[in-house]
Amino acid sequence: MQANQNVAVREPGVVQDRGQDPVAADKARHDQERIMPPAVDIFEDPHRITIRADMPGVTKDGLNVHADRNVLVIEGKIDVAAPQDMQAIHADLQASRYRRSFVLSRELDDERIDASLKDGVLTVRIPKRAEFQTRKIKVNVG
Amino acid sequence: MLEDLVSSFFASHPMGDFTRFESQLDELFGRSAWPAAGIRAVQRGAFPPINVGSTPDKVTLYLFAAGLDPKSLDVSIQQNLLTVTGSRRIEPIENAEYYRQERFDGDFRRVLALPEDVDPERVEAKYHDGVLQIDVRRRESARPRQITVTSAN
Repeated sequence: MQANQNVAVREPGVVQDRGQDPVAADKARHDQERIMPPAVDIFEDPHRITIRADMPGVTKDGLNVHADRNVLVIEGKIDVAAPQDMQAIHADLQASRYRRSFVLSRELDDERIDASLKDGVLTVRIPKRAEFQTRKIKVNVG
Repeated sequence: MLEDLVSSFFASHPMGDFTRFESQLDELFGRSAWPAAGIRAVQRGAFPPINVGSTPDKVTLYLFAAGLDPKSLDVSIQQNLLTVTGSRRIEPIENAEYYRQERFDGDFRRVLALPEDVDPERVEAKYHDGVLQIDVRRRESARPRQITVTSAN
């Protein structure tokens, strides 16, 4: 069975200015927002494609899921309440935002996308257009 | 110089100084077996990512673990050693094929050595929006006390 190429993943990189001057390069990095692509699981069943993304620290208010033409973008602001006088001792996660985009193939219905968020897990369900849903074909033996 | 290195990271901008320090360490020690971190340190990229912040009253840990089963969570402390264990299972979808499976599926265990002045009797943990936040208060006597200077007349 051929590998299904329908859902292609296009991952945005972090644009970094690697200027010659180390101080300027640091400042450039400092001024940009650190964006982290979230880890995802992608499943396909006969009716839809489901994406589950880990976005811990994102609340409904900070979540943005939108489809523009055939590109789905999932985005979330990492919002962790911390006191003003808090200093960092260790940071595995240094991003302020998650973002990842996906190219949706034609058989997916980008107008009926369903998204829900629970405990930092974003679930996005993209149904297949009715005419593209797999139909079982009866094999006649005769 | 140490203060420069631990500048605040919760503002909307990333910690430029911290990342520079980290990348210098990486350059010096590469990915060899050099134990630059503590003996209980895990590999980079282990689940879940943990951030640790410090104020004069407390140390706060943030474990970024979405979709945890709260019943599977165990947080315990002995002196200044904090242990967190938990489980994050991926729920399979019926009749579905996977195209990608990047999310962690399994059990995890992290042990962290906190600063010496934490009080193991005063630990609070809460889980919301996929973040396990653990606050560990420092002992009262360890906190810096302001001393009023009176002038002799």
